[in-house]
Amino acid sequence: MKKRLIPLLGALLILTAGCGGGARDAVSTDGSTSMAVVMAALGEAYREKHPGVVVNYSGTGSGAGVEAVLAGTCDIGLSSRELTEAERAAGAAGHLAALDGVAVVVHPDNPIRELTLPQLTAVFTGLITQWSQLGGPAAPIAVYGREAGSGTRSAFEAAVSAGGRCVYTNEYGSAGDVAGGVAANPNAIGYLSLAAVDGSVVPLSLGGAACTLENLQAGLYPIWRPFLLVTGPEGPRSAAAGAFLNYALSPAAAGPIARAGATPAAP
Amino acid sequence: MTRRWAERVMGLLFLLCGLTAVALLALIAAYLFLSGLPAIRELGLGPFLLGRTWDPDTLQFGILPLLLASLWATAGAVVLGVPAGFFTALFLAKAAPPRLAGLVRGAVDLLAGMPSVVVGLVGMTVLVPLLRERLSLPAGDTLLAAILMLAVMLLPPVIAVSQDALAAVPAAYEEASLALGATPEETWLRVTAPAARSGLAAAAALGVGRALGEATAVLMVAGNVANMPSLLSSVRLLTTGIAIEMNYAAPGSLHRQALFSIALVLFVLVVLVNILLTLALRRGRGAR
Repeated sequence: MKKRLIPLLGALLILTAGCGGGARDAVSTDGSTSMAVVMAALGEAYREKHPGVVVNYSGTGSGAGVEAVLAGTCDIGLSSRELTEAERAAGAAGHLAALDGVAVVVHPDNPIRELTLPQLTAVFTGLITQWSQLGGPAAPIAVYGREAGSGTRSAFEAAVSAGGRCVYTNEYGSAGDVAGGVAANPNAIGYLSLAAVDGSVVPLSLGGAACTLENLQAGLYPIWRPFLLVTGPEGPRSAAAGAFLNYALSPAAAGPIARAGATPAAP
Repeated sequence: MTRRWAERVMGLLFLLCGLTAVALLALIAAYLFLSGLPAIRELGLGPFLLGRTWDPDTLQFGILPLLLASLWATAGAVVLGVPAGFFTALFLAKAAPPRLAGLVRGAVDLLAGMPSVVVGLVGMTVLVPLLRERLSLPAGDTLLAAILMLAVMLLPPVIAVSQDALAAVPAAYEEASLALGATPEETWLRVTAPAARSGLAAAAALGVGRALGEATAVLMVAGNVANMPSLLSSVRLLTTGIAIEMNYAAPGSLHRQALFSIALVLFVLVVLVNILLTLALRRGRGAR
């Protein structure tokens, strides 16, 4: 019994040693915390096809992930925002693996089901403060959003061209908290990642397009942010990393990505 | 001989345990100063403490809105909670029939053991919608909600400490007062309470500390927008400012450093409260 345990322990050690990088059959990814679920789904699906390869994920934030891949401390960086000029100049290249739709949601009792982008901008910058101004009930609007630094917030504010001008009633630290807040207040309007939308809130159509995977892929729904796999100036740093990158960008990855709640870039 | 050794070893052990508390405090203080000072040095103490805009996206880190919100929320909670706690303690220690006192004491103990996230949840699902409907606000997450929440949360420690202080007053004081013809109520307020002054002040200080440091329950009812505080709008306190933004503040960035600076300000405030209180107590004693 004891003798049998030893090779098992050895195997475990080798497996866990892969987490440190260095091992040939490990791909280390590092970056956006928003991409945790997608990366877990991709890693799991990839391991089923290539049992020898472990895909490691470390959630440090988009900026730190891009920095890490440029410094060579990870194979693939993860960014849930477009790369900056400086990052591109340093040789970072982003590969679009998925879209994260940002849903604008209201309470189920609110009769409003559709807004235009200019209306949305007016609501979030404090120009429109009553639901009646939008054809809704006579009630004040409570504007809910995320805290500064959140990728969802910057994607939303950029899409409604209100960067830094939004006047929030409440700020929340996570998508789940925004959903909970909106679900508890009939006056509320808020935004969150489509993956985090549940039955307690109603996503609005924007400019006639509902927030769905199809509309996002067709480019009809206006608010989303990219899930980028980022490589350095020399491209993928190992054959294993290159193979994983190809897989993640191929139609074969669409299933796991959609199951994780994001919209695959490759249909 | 062996016995003396055992005593020495035990004495050393106790000393070590006592010093651990001091060492931990010193460690925390050192860590806070080390990680909190860089941002203050970069931004300047004046702009950091008195800046009216907190916006990490544009690298504006003024914590005046957070600082004032914390001070207002604490002041409000203390004004509501400390007198209520004091009179509850007086009732429990002196006036209540034993059976009722037991019941109330049990309830207070239960409240003391209530995790702040549970108190916050009740606030979020009951108090916040109530404020929204009664005051026809867009949302009920306000400074007022935070004050009410904190007032509830500082009740148990204030009651417990005041009760101990009142119970520690020698019975002879009260008997003398009663023998001179004072009513029981006069005796409690004019004799017992002044005699228990230092304990009651400690209770108030504990309340201030609790209110200043509470994060979870407030996070759930305050709305967390860094507005200059007003009673019926959403506010962000020092504690909730750290809690809500730590997640996405990149390690090593000015943003994260500024969050540590907020922690440092909070630490200094709590130390100041304790020092002021000790001074006030000493002066009170000296005047007598």
